[in-house]
Amino acid sequence: MSALGFNNSLGIHDNALLVRAERSQILANNLANADTPHFKARDIDFQAILRGEVERSKSLAVNRTDNAHIPGRMREESELLYRFPYQPSIDDNTVDPNVEKAQFTKNSIDYSSSFDFLNRKFKGLDGALRGQ
Amino acid sequence: MSLSNVINISGTGMTAQSVRLNTTASNLANAQSVSSSIEETYRARKPIFQQLQEPWHERDILAPVDLEHDVGEGVKVRAIVEKDAPLDIRYEPTHPFADENGYVYYPNVNVVEEMADMISASRSFTVNVEVFNTAKTMMQKTLTMGQ
Repeated sequence: MSALGFNNSLGIHDNALLVRAERSQILANNLANADTPHFKARDIDFQAILRGEVERSKSLAVNRTDNAHIPGRMREESELLYRFPYQPSIDDNTVDPNVEKAQFTKNSIDYSSSFDFLNRKFKGLDGALRGQ
Repeated sequence: MSLSNVINISGTGMTAQSVRLNTTASNLANAQSVSSSIEETYRARKPIFQQLQEPWHERDILAPVDLEHDVGEGVKVRAIVEKDAPLDIRYEPTHPFADENGYVYYPNVNVVEEMADMISASRSFTVNVEVFNTAKTMMQKTLTMGQ
């Protein structure tokens, strides 16, 4: 593979961008359900996903050798976790709108920086292709 | 794309909160709607929220975990129920709507509770609008990639 291939040159930033977008969806759902009884706030651990991504690129892939093998219903890069509430509420809802809003804002800034990294990669590729 | 789902999710949040605001407005407007019998009297209405999610029987169990469907797709108003609190029965024999014993039936609308509910609904609506705007900015930025 040449150094100019998309998969090699974009690094981890395109995956990071997608995970950020998925996380914004989870946090938006938490905020939309801020007044739903019994709703439990959820989130994903971005660091764990990043670690999983690095591990996966190092380790060997597993194949199914028989049709009877059941594919695992698991996605190693994104496990949905439950948030620990700071305070219990009377209707069992664990959404703290302030915490969720802070996380959402932080996530959108992280999205923005991932986007900038990715954009720079494209600019670099563009410059290399032009040969200027 | 997950970001367009964010816009849908915050849209469902806005809809649910405006239904809540509507019921609050109806309750406050009818706070003094008197009648001469228990059956005819207005009762305070409250929406019940539920997480919007694709039902399990419509999903492919063997398929890998689909975050979009496991996360939930926002919130919906499951039902609007009438409050179970007792009515406000007042003895006002001179009232034109008084029954033969001189009682007038007032709705079980608690004005202070409704005002608190109104502020809570309006705050939650604002949060959903902000989420909508942030997702919109993120999407617009994504479209400028490589320019």
